[in-house]
Amino acid sequence: MKPARAYTIFIHVAAVLMGVVILGPFLWLFISSISPAKELISVPFHWFPSHPTISRFKDIFLQSANGENVSANFRVSMVNSFIVATGTTFISILVGSLGAYAFARLKFRFRRTMLFGFLSVYMLPPIVLVIPLYLIIANMGLLDTKLGLIITYCSLITPFTLWTMSNYFRTLPADLEEAARVDGCTRLGAFFRIVIPLSKPGLFASALFAFLLAWDEFLFALIFTSTTNSKTIPVAIAEFAGKYSSDYGLVCAGGVLAALPPVILALIFQKNIVGGLTAGSVKG
Amino acid sequence: MKNEESITDRQVSRRAILGAGAAAGLVTMMPTEGFAAGFSKAANVKGTISALFMKQAGYSDTDVAKMTADFKKVYPNVTVKTEFVAYEALHDKIVTSALAHTYDVVLIDVIWPAEFGSKKMVVDITNRWPASWTNDMLGGAVATAVYNKHYYGIPWILDTKYFFYNTEHMAKAKVDEASLDTWDGVMKAASAIKKAGLVKYPLAWSWTQSESMLCDYMQLLGAFGGQFLDASGKPAFNKGGGVQALEFMRKSIVDGLTDPVSTATAAEDDVRKMFSAGQISMGLNWTYMWAMANDPKQSKVAGKMKVLQTPAGPGGKRPGINGSMALSMSSGTKNPEAAWAYMSFLTSQKEQNAVAMDSLPVWKSSYTDPVVVKTSPAVVAQAKKELNDMILRPQVTKYNAMSLVIQAEVSKALIGQKTPQKALDDAATKAAAVLNA
Amino acid sequence: MIEEKRNVLERFKSSGRFRGEGILAFALILPSLLVVGWIILYPILRTFWMSFFDIESPLPGSYPFVGLHNYFAAFKSSDFRMVTEHSLYFTFVSTFFELTLGILIALLLNSPLKFRGFWRSIVVIPWALPTIVNGALWKWIYNGNYGVLNELLHVFHLGGQGHNWLGSPFEALNMVIIADIWKNTSLVVFFILAGLQTIPSDLYEAARVDGSTPVKSFWNITIPLLVPSIMVVVILRTIDAFKVFDIIYIMTKGGPASGTQTISFYTYQQTFSNEYFGYGSALAYLIVIFTLVIAWFYIKLLRQGTLEGVS
Repeated sequence: MKPARAYTIFIHVAAVLMGVVILGPFLWLFISSISPAKELISVPFHWFPSHPTISRFKDIFLQSANGENVSANFRVSMVNSFIVATGTTFISILVGSLGAYAFARLKFRFRRTMLFGFLSVYMLPPIVLVIPLYLIIANMGLLDTKLGLIITYCSLITPFTLWTMSNYFRTLPADLEEAARVDGCTRLGAFFRIVIPLSKPGLFASALFAFLLAWDEFLFALIFTSTTNSKTIPVAIAEFAGKYSSDYGLVCAGGVLAALPPVILALIFQKNIVGGLTAGSVKG
Repeated sequence: MKNEESITDRQVSRRAILGAGAAAGLVTMMPTEGFAAGFSKAANVKGTISALFMKQAGYSDTDVAKMTADFKKVYPNVTVKTEFVAYEALHDKIVTSALAHTYDVVLIDVIWPAEFGSKKMVVDITNRWPASWTNDMLGGAVATAVYNKHYYGIPWILDTKYFFYNTEHMAKAKVDEASLDTWDGVMKAASAIKKAGLVKYPLAWSWTQSESMLCDYMQLLGAFGGQFLDASGKPAFNKGGGVQALEFMRKSIVDGLTDPVSTATAAEDDVRKMFSAGQISMGLNWTYMWAMANDPKQSKVAGKMKVLQTPAGPGGKRPGINGSMALSMSSGTKNPEAAWAYMSFLTSQKEQNAVAMDSLPVWKSSYTDPVVVKTSPAVVAQAKKELNDMILRPQVTKYNAMSLVIQAEVSKALIGQKTPQKALDDAATKAAAVLNA
Repeated sequence: MIEEKRNVLERFKSSGRFRGEGILAFALILPSLLVVGWIILYPILRTFWMSFFDIESPLPGSYPFVGLHNYFAAFKSSDFRMVTEHSLYFTFVSTFFELTLGILIALLLNSPLKFRGFWRSIVVIPWALPTIVNGALWKWIYNGNYGVLNELLHVFHLGGQGHNWLGSPFEALNMVIIADIWKNTSLVVFFILAGLQTIPSDLYEAARVDGSTPVKSFWNITIPLLVPSIMVVVILRTIDAFKVFDIIYIMTKGGPASGTQTISFYTYQQTFSNEYFGYGSALAYLIVIFTLVIAWFYIKLLRQGTLEGVS
């Protein structure tokens, strides 16, 4: 049955409105990043710069990062963020999936308590952990290193991947695994050969979430990092707006670049995000 | 202090005085021999040290890199790792790194010696401090890192807030520039400019709820003859000059002379931006604003501005807020000799004179040195006067906590939530509670 | 064939071979325990321990034991009450709007839209933007002098001349909430959309045949079946909103007049700016207790079988 015409118009108008509200600020971020500093603070207002410039992006990518150049250091922080986020995602997905399977399929004592325990770790405000964790990382000699950040983030993000994967596994029908086990397969075998292949949407969704959490993290990065050895994007951006000097255009340029990887990844895997939050479509 | 023959000679003589335990070297006036002797002394200082600085203010990263490279020439066996963080993150970095002894040398703000010194996070360097420094440094500089009559750092970045104004606006509104000598004159000028329709708000300030706001308040409190804490250390800013200063601030907003954005999010750099865009006619700011607002590439008012000493209040007083910073030795350092060598090298007159355009030296005689004056004649002329007459925020261990509660109350008065007197009374009560806790 | 296998399985299950599961479970969970436990356990305990002492320096030393004094001080402190109110307000308002808007947008994306893939794609963008960037962006949009929000209002003759959106305490708090809503609604959309797609369309058909209107169907079918997804969203967003720190740091640092001071930011200030480590630890634990209470409440609801997917 075809929907009413008024309805169709309504939903399309609503969609356009939504698009404007969502893309508007992002578009403004981009426009500001290519506006020269003078035009950004000029009165009257410039909707689009009369002399757009990509000098800030050029600086970020082409200047040599030998310590002083703020823009070039941003490039290094992008690389750091990427390494840290990828490492964290890989480890937490691997570890979290194993544990998630146990929570989803196995019966054992303290199951609910342990699950709640893991969940509470995720819920901890970072401020609770900062100083003692700083000591641990410092004693391991991992301050201002990417590895130190990865270790820290894994411990915070694994509970999250464990929880989401556990929910996902639970929505998968157990018949297939049980059929395999009856055929002589072990639990673990069933896990690797049946559950994992079926869980691609869930894995992608969890991986994307984990990546974004790591990419986004600020407080620990602020306190654990100091130099371009390990400084990540959020810290670099917060430093652009300093006490004495803040070029809004540079903040926006950094923002555009900081948003690109997660946005691109999210767009690539977006089909999986929705599918990954439950076990796919309705059972046939 | 006379300009020394060579920096190494100076290092040698200072080290002898300090009695670092090194064997007596040959201190000669012959540069080459002195250099050789100094070289062997300096060569005894070894190791790797880490130093924490602040980004994008005072000395730039490039300046520090240059100074560090010069240091390496004199102390070839010391490796220095420099790190830069935003000012906002500096205090917390020092706090968290104290546990892990990450840094040997740290840059501290003038409001932190009491806190860090009392908690033994930075080293008491009184026994290393040569008497000559007290005479040779500007008075305002010496006081920077003093707590309880002990020195906890070597003054390095000297700064205060100057009064900047747009000469074109003054001319168009027919304001006599000499009248800008007093705050009264400034307000009259602002009214004239506003009446002439040149700008909507002639003034803007860094009154966002932060330490920046307190700097302005203190500078005005000094101008109106007020006291922050009385002789017994109790809050006294809610009487006399302290109240007048806040009333003055609030009145400038109510009268439509101050841009309301000042109390919202405006920090020092916003004042600079608005001034550079010709949006405001006058403002208080740190030394750095001069070069940037006079740069035609980033300012519309380049060449159309002047800098003055901060205006005087009704009683003629005009102290500048001491916004200086000092280099301190972290208490966890494993190499105090190298740390001390680095700190004193960076603060030495020769090094400071070389980068005077970014931050003025702490040494008195630098201000008559033509090389230094040439970097920024207008600012140096005012700096000579203002840096000798500065007002310090109280050196108490709980300064930060006290500052936070006062900022909150002052902020309320500025946006009209409370009267200045009530806000300051509440602030005084809360501040007293913090101090006594 | 399936029938036979099921019978075999029933006999399997009742044969007691399940006892071996505990060991397997332990082996599977061990990696997670290692990764999470050893790096979290000590700090959690250490901070808890510190909350009972009066510690005003980061350096090791002997500090006076004060029992529950820090906790009592927090409850007596009017500042603490104020920041808790701010956090609660922030949490409830942002979660409410994110949920409402999220459901509406999810419905929109589930409807017969042309270029649905495109619309779904752009919803991702705010969520992928890092929080710090989001905060800096909105601070720039709200700028009283050069901000685009004022210009937009001006263009539509709605005023906005030089208005300072972050200028007064309550207004600033709401503007920060708007920035938070803009970014986080996307996340809600995805969870709800996932939930919507598990609702079989036959149910709607059947309801329509029975004479139900779209609105009635929405309330009688959609919402009840969305409850699991809604629950998940509400837990996640509530926990996050209570922890909110980054966006305050970059946008307002707690001002003006402490109007945007949230409980996490306040704790950070007490711990690092004021070096009240003992008091800060107590505050941090109070936050933990608040969020645990909220989470426990929701998980109790979840335990009533609703999380295990639609069945």
